[in-house]
Amino acid sequence: MLRLLSFVLFLATWWIAALLAGSAKLPAPSIVFATMIAEARSGALFLHLGVTLARVVLAFTLAMSVGSAIGHLMGRSRLANRLGDPWLILLLNLPALVVIVLAYIWAGLTEAAAIAAIAINKLPTAVVTLREGTRALDPALDEMAQVFAFPRWRTFRHVLLPQLAPYIAAAARSGLSLVWKIVLVAELLGRPNGIGFEIGVAFQLFDIPLLLAYSLSFAAVVLVIEAVLVQPFELRVSRWRLRAA
Amino acid sequence: MQLDVDITGKSFISAAGKPHRVLSDISFALATGEVGVVVGPSGCGKSTMLRILAGLDPNYQGRVARPAGARLAMVFQEPRLLPWRSVADNVRLAAPDADDARLAALFSVLELSAHRDHYPGELSLGLARRVALARAFAVEPDFLILDEPLASLDDALAARLREEIATLVGSRPMITLLVTHSLDDAVRLGDKLILLSARPARLLHTLPIAIPRTARDEQVIAAIKADLARLNLANPSGSLDPDRQQ
Repeated sequence: MLRLLSFVLFLATWWIAALLAGSAKLPAPSIVFATMIAEARSGALFLHLGVTLARVVLAFTLAMSVGSAIGHLMGRSRLANRLGDPWLILLLNLPALVVIVLAYIWAGLTEAAAIAAIAINKLPTAVVTLREGTRALDPALDEMAQVFAFPRWRTFRHVLLPQLAPYIAAAARSGLSLVWKIVLVAELLGRPNGIGFEIGVAFQLFDIPLLLAYSLSFAAVVLVIEAVLVQPFELRVSRWRLRAA
Repeated sequence: MQLDVDITGKSFISAAGKPHRVLSDISFALATGEVGVVVGPSGCGKSTMLRILAGLDPNYQGRVARPAGARLAMVFQEPRLLPWRSVADNVRLAAPDADDARLAALFSVLELSAHRDHYPGELSLGLARRVALARAFAVEPDFLILDEPLASLDDALAARLREEIATLVGSRPMITLLVTHSLDDAVRLGDKLILLSARPARLLHTLPIAIPRTARDEQVIAAIKADLARLNLANPSGSLDPDRQQ
């Protein structure tokens, strides 16, 4: 209820601001929604949204799995940590734009280059978070699993993964917000479709309703995914904590 | 099956880089069906020894021959349950082959039936210790290690749990090794008492108790305790306290 109220308040503010600023700079919500519906009718909106989402899913999965594996290794092994740490610091501080431009120069304006560039941007935060998680593992539970001769898979599934779950959730949460932002830049610079590409077109034509229509549709999808996927997952992995006395 | 222990030394390197000798000469043997009770002063290295016997620490001098292929179970000093799994799942994960009827019986002996679906965070320490006991017995071990399973419980509960441990240990043939501070527990549960000195721990005596557990009445127990007190006087380095109940 409160969320709905806050949304209505946002629309009202927008409407008033549009009246004051004039529709050339800030079109009223009705104009933007009309553009949105027109784009949806033609199918363009769903095409671009779908393409962008596919890139997000691919880059996110790639970065999370590779980043988790590297982070776990660096948390476990002092040697791996020593070797990997300078690279990690370099990647953490490298601007996203540099990675994207270099990827397009070296690998051409291809899908693989775009996805790799997005993944590389997200990778170091996953590594850092999972490294911390691995360092915080409880050796007492490891010993328990060893004494009771847990097979590898059971140790992974029931001893290791639940301990890493909060770190994985944190890496996913921060990583996802990073990927949402970077995917549009990668599309703007070197892809012929996707929300980022459409925003680039709208920018060149100064078509503000189109720009807002795509931006807001994208924001809505992000919100829905957060509410439907990320938050329930976080709740699920911490359900044993909630019930704790 | 038999457990042969012949440890000649174990040292830790302290944070300051100096070696710390924790264990010196300890040798004893336990056969199937026997309950060995290790008694020694606080901090003498009993838990270190148990970790070696459990195969968790390979860095020691000497030799430990565990029975080949023996199934191991251990009750640690802390319950060491998986906080994110329910009581029933904690037991099931350690003993996936145990049948439901036997688990139900075990839960009812340890009065855990009402707590099957609770998470460890919802349990008191006494209950969590009982879950750890249930887990250890559910795997039907050939070699069972109990590291102060009754510590920090109130007397009444400790006495009840001690009875339950005695029942469970008697229910199938296995090698049992129990560590305790309490001479009372030692005398009531043990078939062979293994007395250790202060740090670095060395074997002072092994004292077999010939009278079967079930036949030990208060008189017999008092007599064995008196024996122990005499042994203790002869060895001032071992600081056993016969009056200590828990």
